Formats: sequence, structure tokens, C-alpha cells
Amino acid sequence: MNLYSIRAIYHFEMARTWRTLLQSIVSPVISTSLYFVVFGSAIGSRISEIDGISYGAFIVPGLVMLSLLTQSISNASFGIYFPKFTGTIYELLSAPISYLEIVVSYIGAAATKSILLGLIILVTASVFVPLRIDHPGWMFVFLVLTAVTFSLFGFIIGIWADNFEKLQFVPMLIVTPLTFLGGSFYSIDMLPPFWRTLTLFNPVLYLVSGFRWSFYGTADVSIGISLGVTALFLAVFVVIVALIFKTGYRLKN
Amino acid sequence: MQHFEDTKTRAIVRPMQTIITIKNLSKTYASGLQALKHINLDIRRGEIFALLGPNGAGKTTLISTICGIVRPSEGSICVDGHDIITDYRAARSMIGLVPQELTTDAFESVWATVSFSRGLFGKRPDPGYIEKVLRDLSLWDKKDNRIITLSGGMKRRLLIAKALSHEPQVLFLDEPTAGVDVNLRRDMWQLVRSLRNSGVTIILTTHYIDEAEEMADRIGVISNGEIILVEDKVELMHKLGKKQMTLLLKQPLDRVPPELNDYRLELSADGGELTYTYDTQSERTDIVTLLDDLNTLGIRFKDLQTTQSSLEDIFVSLVRGR
Repeated sequence: MNLYSIRAIYHFEMARTWRTLLQSIVSPVISTSLYFVVFGSAIGSRISEIDGISYGAFIVPGLVMLSLLTQSISNASFGIYFPKFTGTIYELLSAPISYLEIVVSYIGAAATKSILLGLIILVTASVFVPLRIDHPGWMFVFLVLTAVTFSLFGFIIGIWADNFEKLQFVPMLIVTPLTFLGGSFYSIDMLPPFWRTLTLFNPVLYLVSGFRWSFYGTADVSIGISLGVTALFLAVFVVIVALIFKTGYRLKN
Repeated sequence: MQHFEDTKTRAIVRPMQTIITIKNLSKTYASGLQALKHINLDIRRGEIFALLGPNGAGKTTLISTICGIVRPSEGSICVDGHDIITDYRAARSMIGLVPQELTTDAFESVWATVSFSRGLFGKRPDPGYIEKVLRDLSLWDKKDNRIITLSGGMKRRLLIAKALSHEPQVLFLDEPTAGVDVNLRRDMWQLVRSLRNSGVTIILTTHYIDEAEEMADRIGVISNGEIILVEDKVELMHKLGKKQMTLLLKQPLDRVPPELNDYRLELSADGGELTYTYDTQSERTDIVTLLDDLNTLGIRFKDLQTTQSSLEDIFVSLVRGR
């Protein structure tokens, strides 16, 4: 394992986070705070408790998951797309570094950033609502698994994209709507039967549900299924990344 | 720009030993374009090898393939005995690449980006060495500057610093002086020479024939994906170079006298200049007998000048001849 190379890429990626602190950390925290003001205080005060949890507290896991998914994808996709865009990818491709080491470095940095952000949002949420975490260990497992899995997804998008529009396409038009419709702001029991059944086909539901279980011990679907779906995502993305490096897709001629 | 000091590597320089071996290398892109066709080439340790060729000849593809950026379709490449596919770590760690385009990050500092390159190539941090590289390239006073604030010439030197950051034994310079001014170009030449003197093998591609003529130990000419010639520069110019002697006559001639037909002289349109072309490789050039014969025929001249064909002339004739 080429640890110096991994460290170099990891530090390089993390350095960008500190350089762009407003965009990387402050902006998502402000957005999340606005969600609490609108959904938690203004609208939430008119919504009754869900499974014995106040609405403001209920949406916390969903909001964290929303940021975790979008930021993991965004961090990882930008991390690998930008060298392609500027042309500095030549240095990465000519370095004595294995594909596994490249993935570990980029995914490690992207996941670190989104986990940090998730934790910051949790701290921010605790300012607005009384927060309870029944299973902190499982919460951390879901946090890390989801961050790594969707960083891999972002990495794939970053390699696939050949312009900035494509880079934004999947997070904005697919992931964000799926997260909103995946029980981030409501329990699927609140939906009519048809929509409830349809929501079960939304993979993000299982991520949000499992994550929420680690907070309050209640979930739309069982914890086992949530873990299984997360692991399935991870496996699929690992296979796709392996194929990308094996074929050199959009990286090597 | 300062000179790179000779290091202990100079002691192990064995000029005639091969450091890169390319065998039967071909590259066909997905579009069907065959960029390289059965290339066989040896690069000697410690030499400056200039790869010449017109646009689209395959120069950059060849370099990119050796460096691992482009996958070869056929053939093999070894760097100091390490295959670039099966033993890529050892092979790549010996190579530094300075690309043709000024591809750099914008917002990193000079120090950070050069340190990053060293780490990326698996070397432990060595601030002392990075300082030396930056000082040698006259970038030390810019070490904390963001790259976006550097001039084009500084960015070019920064790319060289990045390529040298991991102490490579082989340095590829793809069009190193493209778009730089005359002074910087001369500085670059000086830098390349001092790098060679410190034991680094240099392979450069260039459009500037005078650059190759000025610096290279050996010349390779590539055209349409094929290496059409590899030759010691001096030998090449000796073999293919022509020399011409032009006599400015006191009295114009109507035609070349038949007695001088063996010399294949050319008479200018106004009859005032007589040109004799001869082979520099030949031991006997017959200049003395020609001058004697002219004297015998009563043809007097007021001045004489000689010219030798440049590498550019040789290159153009080679490529046109394909």
C-alpha cells in the first residue's frame, strides 16, 4: 500500500474543503437551519407527534441523510472531475499508485467531509430540537456506510461526467427528489396505500429509515432490510468502480 | 535560473546503457486511428533524446504510453528493466513528466502543489529537497503564491518542479519551450543541460529544430506513428547534411563550361554566382581541384561563402520523403 500517495491525495482534497469553507460547511449548515425554522417551527408546530416524537426531532435524521447523500456525491464527483477538467489528471494517471489506492484516497476524503458535515448538522439540530440518539453505535455505522457508499456513487458520476451540467444532473434531479420522497420529512404510514407501496421502491427510504431507527428506535422498515439495502448499494458501486478502472472508462485512452 | 548540482547519481551514470526499451509498440485508439505503429526504440541512460515530428505524428501518444496515461494496444515498454504494466510502480516512480499544456491547479500554493506531487509519487516528505528544486528553478520567492498568480513562464517551471519533486531518473519534456520567450527558452535549455549533468535522462519533444540541434545527443524522427530515423545528432548532420560553396564571380558566365561538368555546378540566373554542392561525409571534397580548374579556365571570383544544411532542412526532407 502506497501510504504517502494516499496521504497526499487525501490532504489535497481536504485542503480544498478548508479553502472553500463557506461553500463546503457553512452553506449546508445554513440551509439545514432554514429547514428547521420552516419545517420544525413554522409548519412543525401544527403537525402532531409521529410515533411519540415531535415533528421537529423526527425530521433530523432525514435532514442529515439528505445532506449526507448530496454532499458525498458532490464532494467525490467534484474531486475526480476537476482534475479531468483542468487536465491535471495526467499526474494521477502517471503516478505509481494502484486503482484501489486512488479510490481509497478520494472516497476517504469525500466521506470524511460529508461525515463531518453530518455531525455539524446534528449539533446544529440540537440547538433547535431536543435530540435523542438511542443507538449511537448504529448511527455512526449508518453515517459512515452511507457516506462511503454515496461517495463511491459520486466518484462514478465524476468519471462519467464530461461537463458541469452532467455533474449536477444526478444529485439535483435524481438523488434530492428521491430523498424528499423517501420519508425524510414524514413517515410512510402517513401516506395513502398506493403511495406507500410506491415509496417502498425508493431505495433512499431504507437509508433514512435505518438511520432514524438508530435515533428513536422506530422505523418504516426493519433495520435488517435497511442495512441490507445500504450494503447492496455499496456492493453495486464497488463493482462499477472496479469496472471503470479495469476498462479505463473515460480515464485512459 | 540556477544550475542543478551534480549529485551522487552522476557517479552511476553509464551513458551507453539503455534505460528505456520499447519493443513493437502499437497504439490504436477506439476511433480506429493508429497513432503508433510497431515502434522499437532504446533510450540511453543519461542522454538527451529529442523526438521530432510534425503535428499528429504520435509524439505525445508515445510519451503518454510510456508514462502510463495511454494504454498500449500491442508491444512492451521497460523502464530500467521494469515493465510499465506488470511492474508499474517501479517503472512510474522513475519517471517525471512535464506535459505540453500548462495544466495546473489554480488555487493551490506553489509549495503545496510541488509537495503534493512528491507525495503522490510515493516519496516521504522532504522539505529540504523541495526547497532545493524551487530554488534551482527560481521559484523559491514564489513558494507561498497561488498558482493562478504566476506568469506562463513560471507555470512552465512549476510543472518542471512538480515533475522533479520525486527525484526521477527519467524526465519527459513535451514541448518544453512552446510559447515561451527567447530568454526563457535559453534558460530552459540551460536547465535541461544541467539536469542531464546531474544524471537525469531527458526525452523531449519539440517543434523547434534549433532546440534539438542545440541540446540533443540523439534525434528520433517520428512521422505517421512510425519512427523513421534514430541517429546520433552529430552523425545525422554529418550523414545527411550537405555543404555548399558559392563563388561570387568577377565576370558573369553565360553557362557552366563543359570542362566543369563533373562538379555538377549550378549557375545563378544572372550568371554571377556559381554553386558547388558537396558531401560532408566524403573525405575528398574536390574543392582544391575545382578552384584549380576554375583558375585554369580563367574564371576569377571576388568572394566565396559556404553554408551547411541545418537539422531543419534534414527534418523537412525526411518527413517530405515519406
